[in-house]
Amino acid sequence: MSKINIHVALSVVAVFFLLCGSPLFAAQKNIILATTTSTQDSGLLDVLTPIFEKQTGFFLKTIAVGSGQAMAMGAKGEADVLLVHSPAAEKKFMEEGNGVSRRLVMHNDFVIVGPAADPAGIKGMKSAKEACAKIASTGSLFMSRGDNSGTHAKEQTLWKASGISPEGQKWYQQTGLGMGQTLNVAAEKKGYTLADRGTYLALKKNLGLPILVEGDSRLLNIYHVIEVSPKKFDRINAQGGRAFADFMVSDKVQKIIGTFGVDKFGSPLFFPDAGKDPKDLGL
Amino acid sequence: MELILEGIKKAFWLLFTFDPEVMGITLLSLKISGTATLVSLFLGVSVGTVVALNRFPGRRFVISLINTGMGLPPVVVGLFVTIFLWRNGPLGFLQVLYTPTAIIIAQAVIATPIIMGVSLAAIQKLPENMRLQILALGATRFQMIVILIKEARLPLLAAVMAGFGSVISEVGASIMVGGNIKGYTRVLTTATVMETSRGNFDVAIALGILLLLFSFIINAILTGVQQRERPR
Repeated sequence: MSKINIHVALSVVAVFFLLCGSPLFAAQKNIILATTTSTQDSGLLDVLTPIFEKQTGFFLKTIAVGSGQAMAMGAKGEADVLLVHSPAAEKKFMEEGNGVSRRLVMHNDFVIVGPAADPAGIKGMKSAKEACAKIASTGSLFMSRGDNSGTHAKEQTLWKASGISPEGQKWYQQTGLGMGQTLNVAAEKKGYTLADRGTYLALKKNLGLPILVEGDSRLLNIYHVIEVSPKKFDRINAQGGRAFADFMVSDKVQKIIGTFGVDKFGSPLFFPDAGKDPKDLGL
Repeated sequence: MELILEGIKKAFWLLFTFDPEVMGITLLSLKISGTATLVSLFLGVSVGTVVALNRFPGRRFVISLINTGMGLPPVVVGLFVTIFLWRNGPLGFLQVLYTPTAIIIAQAVIATPIIMGVSLAAIQKLPENMRLQILALGATRFQMIVILIKEARLPLLAAVMAGFGSVISEVGASIMVGGNIKGYTRVLTTATVMETSRGNFDVAIALGILLLLFSFIINAILTGVQQRERPR
């Protein structure tokens, strides 16, 4: 009797898993979007993805990585469309013939955040460059993303502008993590860090890291949408990539971007820029 | 402390209100890890039995490989599975990267050596005379193997639990090959990572508690089956 019970129980477990595991195969109509962590961690794509899928019938697979990795995926033909914020690297990407088009979508800005005690005394400084120099000269802990993301690239240009090479310095540490996690690490270790405002606002409540420097034109954070060129790789979903890029710069989506986050944070997380001349933003 | 209490409260809230997103994520985790465990069970037990019952040159080397495989780092598995499944990789034509199937493949690669190693040890541990006795009673070789597997079912169930436990709690490979796509490849572990980086610690804790809860339920069922009959 007990033996039969064992078999019954085992088959129930097995059938349960089999039933659960059956309808797992679906391809077709997939678009791979490689993007930065900030568009996912801020929640913007959670709002836009269902609208896009409903409107076009495509299935959007969002892979949130750093901008650097997103472009590497594009260059290898592993993504159809990119939403990234690392202008210098994007230009290089386009020059190498990896993209069909690169269009301005939106911007927000970076902020330098740090412990309320502010050991480097940078609070209220107008120049991000000088703030970095002061962090370095006082040897205050700075947490870098260190992951080739757009934020990391921006941070490197700031160090370069201030004539400092922070790599290998004791006060300079690299997390190798996304923006959200790096902010958490900086909060725990009471260090300074550079963050995009969107992710910062989304995480602010638990951090205890006030904004110390903001408003410098060097701190502008600009997002472009890039369609990956199907010329090098025949498996690119060029049609899907174009559909998503068109979607991002459409009036409807630009309006959503402009109001996203207002209800939660009192101010928008991103400012829509489609169709604007990049020069107007100070590029 | 407040955060932990908030998390626990949130977990029960999400659980008892049957929050559709959390239910979806939980069900998907069980489907994926359950399927991967079944695949691994099939591969692991069959290869494990073959290696346990046969003598061949290089056998020790094979066993060393299997034992090493029991500790395969999931991120390394994730990296290699990703490279193979890339559109322009060797298996790109399958188009399964960033699908639940890709996660099943990666998790099966992780769990197979675990189940293989344990079943190998279990079958090998059965007394040699037993095999001779079964054959002497007129059983075919296949019938003998079935009896041996039945005889070793207690350690084999332990192998299933170890395999399932390692894949349902694994995050490195799942996030690499699955991509953590909402409603499609977002499982309990990858959702926990994402909610943590979003600063939603209460949701992250809730997901963590759900993960523990479901691991416990599955293991309790299997343990119940395993312990029903006392070993002779």
